[in-house]
Amino acid sequence: MSVSLSGVGLTHANGQVALSGIDLQVKTGERVAIIGPSGAGKTSLLRLLASNLRPSTGRISLLEQQPWQLGARQRQQLRARIGLTHQAPPLPPRQRVVTAVLAGKLGQWSLAKSLLNLLHPLDLPGAQAALARLDLADKLFERCDQLSGGQLQRVGIARVLYQAPELILADEPVSAMDPVLAGHTLSVLNEEVSRRGMTLLASLHAVELALAHFPRIIGVREGRVLFDLPPAAISREQLEALYANEQLQALPAAPLTAQHSLQIPRC
Amino acid sequence: MLKPVLRDPAALPRLALTLLALLLLWPGLRLSELNLAVLVERDNAANMGHFVAGFWPLAHDREFLQLLGRSILETLAIATAGMALALLLALPAALLASRALSLSAMHHGGRPAWWAQAGRWPVRGLLIVLRSVPEIVWALLFVRAVGLGPTAGVLAIAITYGGMLGKVYAEIFESVDPRPSRALLMAGSPRLAAFAYGVLPNAAAEMLSYTVYRWECAIRASVVMGFVGAGGLGQQIDLSLRLFAGGEVASMLLCFLALVLLADQLSRLLRARLL
Amino acid sequence: MSGRLGNYALLLALLAAVLASFVYLGIDLGALLGGDSLSQMGQYAGGFLQPDFSPKHLHAILQGALETLAMSAIGTLLAAVLGLALALPAAGRLGWLALTGARLLLNALRAIPELVWAALVVLAAGLGPNAGTLALALHTSGVLGRLFAEALENAPKEPAEALRLGGSGQLAAFCYGTLPCVWPQLIAYALYRWENNIRMASVLGFVGAGGLGQMLHVSLSLFQEARAATVMLAMLLLVLAVDALSAWTRQRWVSA
Repeated sequence: MSVSLSGVGLTHANGQVALSGIDLQVKTGERVAIIGPSGAGKTSLLRLLASNLRPSTGRISLLEQQPWQLGARQRQQLRARIGLTHQAPPLPPRQRVVTAVLAGKLGQWSLAKSLLNLLHPLDLPGAQAALARLDLADKLFERCDQLSGGQLQRVGIARVLYQAPELILADEPVSAMDPVLAGHTLSVLNEEVSRRGMTLLASLHAVELALAHFPRIIGVREGRVLFDLPPAAISREQLEALYANEQLQALPAAPLTAQHSLQIPRC
Repeated sequence: MLKPVLRDPAALPRLALTLLALLLLWPGLRLSELNLAVLVERDNAANMGHFVAGFWPLAHDREFLQLLGRSILETLAIATAGMALALLLALPAALLASRALSLSAMHHGGRPAWWAQAGRWPVRGLLIVLRSVPEIVWALLFVRAVGLGPTAGVLAIAITYGGMLGKVYAEIFESVDPRPSRALLMAGSPRLAAFAYGVLPNAAAEMLSYTVYRWECAIRASVVMGFVGAGGLGQQIDLSLRLFAGGEVASMLLCFLALVLLADQLSRLLRARLL
Repeated sequence: MSGRLGNYALLLALLAAVLASFVYLGIDLGALLGGDSLSQMGQYAGGFLQPDFSPKHLHAILQGALETLAMSAIGTLLAAVLGLALALPAAGRLGWLALTGARLLLNALRAIPELVWAALVVLAAGLGPNAGTLALALHTSGVLGRLFAEALENAPKEPAEALRLGGSGQLAAFCYGTLPCVWPQLIAYALYRWENNIRMASVLGFVGAGGLGQMLHVSLSLFQEARAATVMLAMLLLVLAVDALSAWTRQRWVSA
């Protein structure tokens, strides 16, 4: 069992309830998409799974270990086996793409090797191979501030592929890409994951992409799991119920009383 | 198909830079005779230890405290008087050196004509020279010229800080929005009026902030100049150091630290109040 | 309205303080700038108008200039290393106790002027450029440490946090995530302090720390104005050269 959550809840420090009553089991090698409206708790769920946030209630088990029962050093070793990509990859603007990608293996390298790598990249072929899968091999020596949003997201994915973890958590991995590129990148990601026997959980806001590429879809709304089904078994009513927004008026002629602001989860 | 061997384009420049650094480091270390060990060598450490031990008890007899009080007031006075004279020097110099009031710039898209630039150069050059010679050298010169005492310190601060303030003021004038002053100049107003109505309102805050910061520095500089005889707290510290009167030195150093802290607080207060 | 009055009152107080300063010091500007005193200063200044350009003196000046340059450069470099080491705890990366201790140390290092440090170090370690280098390093590390700590505090935490989530150690996450973001600022601060230190290095010679400063002190004390003039010219050139080099380096390597 790759991931196991039972009765997990998460309440932020300001009292806001992000997640409640989450029961989730993901087997090794499964590929799961998480969909839901803005502010539903998708990012919080992924950060919880990455052991970035600590659950307020319930039990969590990652890769057969309980991350919050471990000592700090062992938790770091566990984290080296889990890879999280961010919707807006936090890459230093002046850093070169090659260094950003190679940083994926920092959890596995010794300190000396890490520092030496800063002076001169030690594994150029490896970084290039990872970028080539994402069609970015020509950007190997560019600086991150010269890339577009979509390219940065692909660099983030290349980094996690280079890290080669057992569990990949992808937070809106293709949100800044056009539909064709997004579809292609998801195909590549799924292919790599299947080939290497990794587990993948990805949150997506484009429902069509989720339905097209993933064999298991989890719908999350207001911090709860609404459904957990293969794409074929999902009905239109369930999707409408998932994304229903009472604050938006149906008629375009009537003025919108409450504009629901677009929440882009910041990591 | 064989892939070409990957080369990091940054590898060669980095290697060259590292070699250059090492090449410069060796003679640098030799010339500066850097030797961190001297601080922990037995005899030296003992010397320092004895000296620092002499710091306690702090000197606190009546006569000394009165002397201390007078020295502190003298230092404050040197800094304030010096800054006042520096302002007298800096404002006209900045007005002359700044390109913000250039009439020729209006017709050349913001950059003055070559003869207008050349005309400003003597003033800019003077400001650079005034800034570049450390104030303590000026202090030494003035001590030789007008004798020991605070006058030398005041003049030294006036000259050096006049140069610094002049340069920064000129830059501030150039950095504010040029449109109000340009509009006034184009309408035919005299340059000083254009400055007062167009540049000064926007620049005043920054100017004030920098001036107060420099006043704080002037207090520290006054103490330092005292070491060459320019009066104030520094001269007293120098005297006490020569006499190895550790207690007096310690008291004075503490007062100096307190003075610097107070000046820092005062400067923050002034900047918050007047901005 | 009271704000306005308060401001006027403050300005009045400032003017009063300035006047009081002049009165307290008893500076008689009239006597200073009048007749006899002015001609005396003029005579003294005249001695400087014919600098000594003899080859022997020029050679000594070159030696002194190189010594001063080395003092300032090595001192600044040492200060940058020490400053960065102290900035990490001072920015709160290693806990609250380390933060307080580091900040206290940095404030102490920075508050004591270089000249006082030099006097202390000369006492401990003897005359010569070593004392000057150490004095510069000690004072500047306080300044740079504080500037570096502020830069680190303002640096974004996300890159390093993301790396930590991938299992990286603290130091590696810092070097890969935070350092690239603040690197240009750190270099700019260090170069700016080097410009300051080249001026200071000349001055430290007054307490026996070698270089051009010591030459200036000696020649002024022996009333050899012509030689002093050459030394001052050399100081000026050195300062201008370092300023230019620093500006070029900042433009080339640090332009964000």
